[in-house]
Order: sequence, then C-alpha cells, then structure tokens
Amino acid sequence: MPLAVELSGVSFSYGRGAPPVLAGVDLAIDQGEFVAIAGPNGGGKTTLVRIVLGLEEPASGSALLFGEPAGRFSRRATLGYLPQRPYLAAEVPATVREIVAAGRLAAGGLFGPLRRRDRAIVDEAIARVGLAAQADSPLARLSGGQQQRAFIAKALAAEPSLLVLDEPTTGVDVDAQEALAELLHRLHHDLRVTVLYVSHEFGAVEHIVKRLVLVRGRIVFDGPPSELPGRWHDPSHVHV
Amino acid sequence: MFDLEFMRLAFAAGAIVGLLAPAVGFFLVQRRMSLIGDGIGHTAFAGVAFGYLVGISPVLTGLVAAVGGAVGVEWLRTRRTAAGDQALALLFYTGIAAGVVLVSAAGALNADLFAFLFGSILTVTRGDLVLVAVLGLVGLATIGLAYRALAGVVLDEEGARVAGVPVGLLNVLVSGLAGVTIAVSMRIVGILLIAALMVLPVIAASRVAWSMRSTLVLAMGIGLASVLVGLTVSYYGDLAPGGSIVLLASAAFVATSLVRAFRSA
Repeated sequence: MPLAVELSGVSFSYGRGAPPVLAGVDLAIDQGEFVAIAGPNGGGKTTLVRIVLGLEEPASGSALLFGEPAGRFSRRATLGYLPQRPYLAAEVPATVREIVAAGRLAAGGLFGPLRRRDRAIVDEAIARVGLAAQADSPLARLSGGQQQRAFIAKALAAEPSLLVLDEPTTGVDVDAQEALAELLHRLHHDLRVTVLYVSHEFGAVEHIVKRLVLVRGRIVFDGPPSELPGRWHDPSHVHV
Repeated sequence: MFDLEFMRLAFAAGAIVGLLAPAVGFFLVQRRMSLIGDGIGHTAFAGVAFGYLVGISPVLTGLVAAVGGAVGVEWLRTRRTAAGDQALALLFYTGIAAGVVLVSAAGALNADLFAFLFGSILTVTRGDLVLVAVLGLVGLATIGLAYRALAGVVLDEEGARVAGVPVGLLNVLVSGLAGVTIAVSMRIVGILLIAALMVLPVIAASRVAWSMRSTLVLAMGIGLASVLVGLTVSYYGDLAPGGSIVLLASAAFVATSLVRAFRSA
C-alpha cells in the first residue's frame, strides 16, 4: 500500500533568487494517519500543503500522493481540502446545503443537477458534522464554529482519501475549537481517512494526534506531541 | 404601444436581456468583479466604432470586441500579469480610447452611435432580435447547465482547483458570457449602462434572498421587471430606455433594502 504523502528532499522558493521557504524537507505519512503540521506564520506550512496537494511544484525533490506525482495526481476528486478561512462574499446568502453540495462537484460531475446518490452523500456529510437541522440555513446566520463545520462537511462530501485542513480554527472560539477537534477525531476514527491538520498552533488537537510535525523552513520536529521539547511548545515563537 | 413593431421588437429583446444580464451578473458580483461589465462595455464601444469604420454590422463587431475583452481581462487576471483592478483599468481606458479614435476616423459621431451608448427602443431590428434571441437563449441554457459548477467555483475556488475542477475554463466561460451579455444588451440598455443591469438586480435580490439559488431567481425577476417597466416608461415619457431601466433596478434595491430593514426591526 503506497504512502498517502511522500516528500523527498523538497525545496521551494517563490521566484528566482528569493530565499527558500522550504529546504530539504522529507516527510512520509501513512494512509489513515492523523498528523498535525504546526509552525510559526511564514514558516512554510501552507507552502508545504500546497506542494502536497500539487498546487505548487517543488524547485527540487519530489512530492508523491498515494504513489503518484502530486502535480499529476489522477484521483483529485477524492481530495478534501479546507483552505484558510474560505472566502465568501458577505452578501452571498449560501445555505449549508449549497456549500456542502459544492464539495461534490468533482466527484458528481460538473453539469446538470446532482444525482440522487450524490444528494444522499451531501446529506450524510451534513449529518456527520451535526448540522442537519441547519442544512437550509444561510451560512451567515451560523456561528464561526458551525460555519467551519459546514466547510468540513463540504470536504467530506468528496468522500476523501486525504482530508487537509489549513488553519481550521481561525476565528473560532476556544469551545468551538475543542468541539471541532472532537469532530475531527470522530471522523478520522469512523472514516479511516488520512488527516493533515495544519495550524500555527496545535493545542486543540494535541490530545488526539499521535504525530506532530513542526515546520520552520525545514522540519525541526517530527514525533508524538508529548516528546516536543518545552521551548517549542508554542510553535509561533519557535526560534531555531 | 404593441401596435408598433419597434416596441414589440424592443420588448422581446428586452425580456431576454432582462433575464440574461442578472443571471451572468450573479457570478460576477459573487467574485467581486462587479465592475468588469463596465470594462467590457468600453471594449464593446471600440468594436461598435470599428463596425462603423469598416461598414460591418456594429452589433457583430461589438460582440467580438466584448467577448475578446472579457476573456482578455480574465487571462490577465489569472496569469497575474496584472492585478484584477489593473487589468480592468487597462481594459477600460484602452477600450474607450480605441473607440474614440475609431469613431472620429469613421466620422460616425451621430444619433445612431448615441443609441448604442445610451440605448434606444427605436433601433432594435428584426436581425438584432434574432441575434439577441439566439445568443441570449444559448447564454441562459449554458448557465442552467453549468450552474452547479459555476456556483461551486464562486464558493471555494481554491478547493475546486484542488479537486481537479477546471476552474480556469469556468472563469473564462463566465467572462465570455459577460461579453455576450454586453453585446446583446447594448441596443436596449446602452453600452454605458448595461453593467448596471448585470449588477443592481443581484445586489437588490441578495437583500431579501435566503439562498444562492433564490438570489439568482429573484435577480432575474427584478431584471426582467426593470426592463419591461423601463421600456414602458421610456415609451410614454419619451425617455432614454437605458436610464429608465437602470433607475428602476436602483429603486428595486431601495425597496428590498427597506424590506430587509423592516424584517430586522
């Protein structure tokens, strides 16, 4: 069984002559793992995720997704991605169901209405994140935590083999962060999906992940959160 | 009013324009590209002027210029050759400058040209109606067929890109539809005001809508009503139709804003 993610000697910089954002990154993630990727803002986390997802090509080294080059990955419809606070025009009164249905776009076909099976998958994703009662409510009427759960349901609607969440707790209060972590723990357990949780802080998931990867231009720590040296416990203040 | 053929033609073409313009504008507003219609309108003006200069149908040359300008600005935006507002500025000023130069070269600064700029109910020909009907219905059918894909990209462009959705192609499709809308609407509403008919009904609808789909349907209803009532007012008041139509769409915004305020109180 191929690794879910395999980065070998990956380096990257934005533009010729620019300082490297990432240098010599090696990372192997098994299928079904739940990994937190943490590090300070500007440390290269989001770039690393973009390389994993095939949105950026490494300047050197290789990036594989389920054994295929990430940039030419053939099963993109099975990638569930929650970007940093997805942009929504304030005036767009999109409902939870409309947002989650957008996650079925690649798998369910681009044209015409959704088929019955796809609609059932959308309903199931909404129910999994506990928003069945709010399915037809405009997103703007929901709390920050509920909005984030709606976008997680959107990612789930793709029936993902890899679920990537980039800064999922931005703008979410502490209680909602904990509820979000519990939800992710349950989804990982129930669906056996590989989860990459990317954040500048990992307190919310510290007790549920077995592996923490700390990125600051390169990987400075890779192991259980309990073994993280104390001086790095607040990764936003990491100084290597 | 309907005894007169030019009014029947204006109403038939206007009904299609009233439905198509907000349907396309819906996606532009949500991508925060409300002003692109103005930029495309300026390019269409250059196309119309070129038509006068070389003696080809100005509607056809306007159509080619509008679609070309729309796709061009999307290309500039996505290639990051220019930021979104810079790409628009380039389109605005190049279009209007080219139009002015071509109009002066053609010696076509006449009433017919003003009809393109501000709209006229007298100038819609049977040939225009056929073109408006064919392009308008194709545009509406395309939106109906690709609605889910276009809405999905609006909601989360990056997520759609990761999932392998052809985001670039869908964005070009929206821009191309915007160009077609400008071209088919310029006889009725006028090049300088058509962008308003694409945007104002959507903004008005979003004040009272409860979902994306309801926003689209309400916007199309407001667009249609604005055009039909605007043409009627224009006929009886001997006013320029473009201005009447757009003022009605603005009034719809005021009305829906009041409804929203009343609901919130």
